[in-house]
Amino acid sequence: MDKFSSHTGVGAPLRRSNVDTDQIIPAVWLKKVTRDGFEEGLFSAWRNDPLFVLNQDAYKNATVLVAGPDFGTGSSREHAVWALQNYGFKVVISPRFGDIFRGNSGKAGLLAAQVDDKVVQRLWDYLDEVPGASITVDLETRTVRAGDGVDAIEDSFTIDDYTRWRLLEGLDDVGITLSHEADISAFEAARPSFKPATL
Amino acid sequence: MGKTLAEKIWDEHVVRQAAGEPDLLYIDLHLIHEVTSPQAFDGLRLSGRTVRRPDLTLATEDHNIPTTDLDKPIADLVSRTQVETLRRNCEEFGVRLHPMGDIDQGIVHVVGPQLGLTQPGMTIVCGDSHTSTHGAFGSIAFGIGTSEVEHVLATQSLSQAKPKMMAVEVVGDLPVGSTAKDLILALITQETTGGGQGYIVEYRGDAIRALSMEARMTICNMSIEWGAKAGLIAPDQTTYDYLEGRPNAPTGADWDAAVAHWDSLVTDADAEFDKIVTIDASTITPFVTWGTNPGQGVPLSGSVPNPADIEDDNERVAAENALRYMGLEAGTPMKDIKVDTVFIGSCTNGRIEDLRVAASLIEGHKVAEDTRILVVPGSVRVRLQAEQEGLDVIFKDAGAEWRGAGCSMCLGMNPDQLAVGERSASTSNRNFEGRQGKGGRTHLVSPDVAVATGILGHLAGPADLAELTTAGK
Repeated sequence: MDKFSSHTGVGAPLRRSNVDTDQIIPAVWLKKVTRDGFEEGLFSAWRNDPLFVLNQDAYKNATVLVAGPDFGTGSSREHAVWALQNYGFKVVISPRFGDIFRGNSGKAGLLAAQVDDKVVQRLWDYLDEVPGASITVDLETRTVRAGDGVDAIEDSFTIDDYTRWRLLEGLDDVGITLSHEADISAFEAARPSFKPATL
Repeated sequence: MGKTLAEKIWDEHVVRQAAGEPDLLYIDLHLIHEVTSPQAFDGLRLSGRTVRRPDLTLATEDHNIPTTDLDKPIADLVSRTQVETLRRNCEEFGVRLHPMGDIDQGIVHVVGPQLGLTQPGMTIVCGDSHTSTHGAFGSIAFGIGTSEVEHVLATQSLSQAKPKMMAVEVVGDLPVGSTAKDLILALITQETTGGGQGYIVEYRGDAIRALSMEARMTICNMSIEWGAKAGLIAPDQTTYDYLEGRPNAPTGADWDAAVAHWDSLVTDADAEFDKIVTIDASTITPFVTWGTNPGQGVPLSGSVPNPADIEDDNERVAAENALRYMGLEAGTPMKDIKVDTVFIGSCTNGRIEDLRVAASLIEGHKVAEDTRILVVPGSVRVRLQAEQEGLDVIFKDAGAEWRGAGCSMCLGMNPDQLAVGERSASTSNRNFEGRQGKGGRTHLVSPDVAVATGILGHLAGPADLAELTTAGK
């Protein structure tokens, strides 16, 4: 996984709440057995709508998605994270994420930055006013920044310490756990005999 | 201070604890299916790792499986490749697989309990959000993403921050004619889709104790629909009676030791929950959704709400979008909504009790003209059991379609999909836009409401069916 410290890129305002993972990528797109090529399925039900935010020239190359509350609820499909990444997104900003989606983002290297409701509203308004404007998301300082002058937006975002550290260092989770292999073996040695086995 | 059921199970499974890090939890059972595992196995190969505990891993084919023409290869080549990839991976890494055609094939969350692999006090994960189903046995069970599937395959453990604890106190008794599905749908509407976020939820109270294991699975199954990390129910005699004698349940001295241990896991009288939510079961009537998330529901006797009455900006916009997508007008009585397709099945309501209820209600009736009913058993064993009891004949006589086992129209990865604009009453768990097919419109219902709807052609409950019968006589 690549290290993530700070990212600046075009912001796209997705003015919707409860964007579930079926909307991010419908099930029919989940049949691939690789981690790439999911960008075509991203938000597929909305992609034919010329008014959809990603179909507007200003937001076409967006890398920071700004969404309403409860983004990524529903299904556990990590394909939703891959689809966003395959399309080019590095960061999703929302007041509240589905738990599994947020976990999957941390594992796959997509930054899920949780901010206050009001910050999303201000970012939406700013991005509508200045289409194609950039947003900076700094993981070191946990800050979101956009615009300049007196109207500049600067606020903090929430991410748990451990995920932040892993993203900053670009660490492989399995590798970290396997360094504690002795602890796992010790635990296994003490498991009760009534626990079920499949083989 | 005492501990909750979930805290006890959690603490028993901590492999490693360190300041500033999530706990490393041991995983007792890892369930696998074809959709969320191929990239995980690829990851193992790329890094030269193996499956640490194939003996704690079980795979089944469910999401892509057709429910007709079961003797032929899967027609959709991409689906077939995904299923064949699972077979190759299980072979290469030594994982037990129940493939199409096997008597133990079925939806992963139906198969685990059926085999007796799902037991109290366990940690169970699967790359599927409805893994919460297994919490009905008093275990911590939750869905994970593919990176975590790879992590569990390689290490049989998972890094997890300990969630907060919530109690759902269900007071009063469920009235006759109201089901576990109605209760959980009403609860999700009360608490909204984000209400459970960050919590492991324990469902408690006499109404919960009175439920069968299968009804408890329906409740826990939909924990994820209100955002909970997991949902569970304390094990009791109902749990033990269901479990004893199943192929993978403990036997002899192991059974006695297990039961003694399970009994010790229940929440202590002086345990404290971080949050307590109350719902009155005695007020629950048949409940249906009108919108595009499971928190957008009303009693079947109610009407489509008016978004203008919703104060919260986000909720109001969501309701407006939902009505547009669903093709519904505010104020329309729910029972006036015509339905094209009825789907009875899924990991929420595809077990034998669900099929028995559905068959008992449909017997002597005919499916409405211009409406179809699909009955899809949750597993091959459920299907065979139903056939042994003659339920298939009852369904077919009424004009319903009797199908093979799998996830089917719950998410339409196989050919069972809604067409654009087609409206369903579905016993599954999600009414998201496009969930059952692009442009399809879903109303979530109980098996009882599903059958009545299929017979009358519009959203209806068993009481409406009784009126029809009386009028007919």
